Amino acid sequence: MDYFLSEEQQMIVDVARQITDEMIIPQRAELDETEGYPRDILTAIAKADLYGLYIPEEYGGLGGGCFEIVLALEQFARGCTGVATAFAASALGAYPILISGSEELKQKYMPAIASGEKLAAFALTEANAGSDASGIQTTAVLDGDEWVLNGTKQWITNAGEAQIYTVIAITDKSKGPRGATMFVVEDKDPGFSYGVKEKKLGIRCSSTRELIFKDCRIPKDRVIGRIGMGFITVMKTLDQSRPGIAILGVGLGQGALDEAAIYAKQRVQFGKPIISFQAVQHILADMAIQVEAGRALVYSAAKHIDAHKNDMSKASSMCKVFATDMAMKVTIDAVQVLAGYGYMRDYPVEKMMRDAKILQIYEGTNQIQRNVIGQELNKEYMRA
Amino acid sequence: MKIIVCVKQVPDAKDVRLDPKTNTLSREGVQAIMNPYDRHALEEAVRLKEQHGGTVTVLSMGPPQAEAMLREAVSCGADEAVLVSDRAFAGADTWATTYTLAMAIKKIDDFDLILCGKQAIDGDTAQVGPGLAERLDIPFVAYVRKINNCIANIMQVERLMDDGYDLLEVPLPALFTVVKEINEPRIPSLKGKMRAKKIDITKLTAVDIEADLEQLGLKGSTTQVVKVFSPELKGARAILAGTADEQVTQLYDKLLPLL
Ligand SMILES: Cc1cc2nc3c(=O)[nH]c(=O)nc-3n(C[C@H](O)[C@H](O)[C@H](O)COP(=O)(O)OP(=O)(O)OC[C@H]3O[C@@H](n4cnc5c(N)ncnc54)[C@H](O)[C@@H]3O)c2cc1C
Repeated sequence: MDYFLSEEQQMIVDVARQITDEMIIPQRAELDETEGYPRDILTAIAKADLYGLYIPEEYGGLGGGCFEIVLALEQFARGCTGVATAFAASALGAYPILISGSEELKQKYMPAIASGEKLAAFALTEANAGSDASGIQTTAVLDGDEWVLNGTKQWITNAGEAQIYTVIAITDKSKGPRGATMFVVEDKDPGFSYGVKEKKLGIRCSSTRELIFKDCRIPKDRVIGRIGMGFITVMKTLDQSRPGIAILGVGLGQGALDEAAIYAKQRVQFGKPIISFQAVQHILADMAIQVEAGRALVYSAAKHIDAHKNDMSKASSMCKVFATDMAMKVTIDAVQVLAGYGYMRDYPVEKMMRDAKILQIYEGTNQIQRNVIGQELNKEYMRA
Repeated sequence: MKIIVCVKQVPDAKDVRLDPKTNTLSREGVQAIMNPYDRHALEEAVRLKEQHGGTVTVLSMGPPQAEAMLREAVSCGADEAVLVSDRAFAGADTWATTYTLAMAIKKIDDFDLILCGKQAIDGDTAQVGPGLAERLDIPFVAYVRKINNCIANIMQVERLMDDGYDLLEVPLPALFTVVKEINEPRIPSLKGKMRAKKIDITKLTAVDIEADLEQLGLKGSTTQVVKVFSPELKGARAILAGTADEQVTQLYDKLLPLL
């Protein structure tokens, strides 16, 4: 369907598509097998200026918004959700600085993130704090001119690969929801190290590791926003970033549909290509309907978010749930269309099915998203 | 460093067929692309610019449609684009082409280095690079697979040979043709694409480059294509059998009388 993209937006799609077709698709099976980090692909993405898509021009970016990064992510995910996750994680790590950071912090960190010279990562989750962010136990204590961090973050995407980490820690337990603060930690800060690389079901080429803070000392001016406002920054960050996860579902779903349709035309059983069987056509038709509906919703949500900074949560959560549940279903259907061949690693659809699952889990599970939508509805209909 | 890269628009080899009746290339419905070797020349020029500073100008002789290819070159890092286009150039062989390009380059005037692909995949002559160097009276190296350094206007390059490579030092200005081993061409950047859309392409006609009309196009060409055909494989062939040692002995016995 035609979404009437501007000329610049179409260029974003074209550049991202070329990287996907020429670099990501040829390498994805090997990256999945070896669990290697896709460094050369990310370098190509940086050289193509795509790390700066959502960053204002005054910090070296291209001045686009949520919609622009969504267009690039859709292409990357059509090729490999692992690569797309590694790329998206840098934006997730950068948003806290962009959303709440001081002018000095933005000047200091955003240009290198915009050029792709440095990668960022976002660190919220801990062993006892998944859906319940308030359960975090990492602490930060002010000691003279330095903050001292202690604790362990878990399952952090881009850990060990990024140079810039945005980390939330408790600064005053007694203040409850206003007792946490976000900080920038750099890879070379003393007392900062990484845990082992996790072994995952899917998105294997993205790096997922622990961040370990042992008396990690950072300068006082690394606070993002005001002290005690950490959870607010986290919520705003996730509202901003979730359409980026939603669109991974759309790209992945499109990739699965492409594979299934091409295969169905080629595979002959009972003397006919299987696409001539209505049962197969209906599976493909349902896949196509869902992918297109997902795309339409994510694009609309992204444009809404770009226009309404103070009213993002519901749109953001709705598109995340719909498009990622869709990706799970569509990739399972793609395996069904390819059947035994689809179950084999020789074809890309089994990887797509494995990759889809994470989309329903990270950046807030789909249950948590439904909670958010439900609470928003409750507010909206209060007056009714 | 001021670098000129000569690029040619060619039919995409994936789509090209030989018309069995006329024995000529059938170009109908075939997409035009940048000659693949020229892409490597452009990439090398852009890398040299990134290292040493300077500018990259892409130059093409061709029909007005070649503009699309020049814009693509700008999106991949070229700073300026020049299209030499005139009906008078039609039917040019490599002799007339090098004359035209040389006249255009004299017009551009200022350069330290000219890079070309080793050959164009349509004509496959590999003559334009050396011919152009000859016309400009500058040093020439073919099959460059690596540019090592440039110190005090002397460039050190590696020339790919069948059995290794030659290491050469060449004073600038010079002209090199490059092989695909030299680099991996980049994907166009977003900023490059935006620039490419807006850039004014310099267009030069036969009059602009002050060319002698007699030396242009078909009139100025010394080559006549009489027939295009794939040469037949001739000569006897034999397949040797047995163990490797036995085969070596057999081969030796066969070759010995020929020496
Ligand atoms: C590959 C990967 C990469 C990740 N990358 C990052 C990263 O870069 N940075 C980061 O900070 N985190 C990251 N995470 C963490 C991720 O965001 C969490 O896994 C996610 O928020 C869910 O937390 P949990 O896994 O602890 O699940 P839990 O919170 O333990 O949830 C378990 C189940 O209970 C349900 N549940 C929990 N609470 C409720 C409730 N109130 N109502 C209804 N249902 C509920 C959940 O939906 C789920 O089904 C990553 C995780 C993975 C697996």
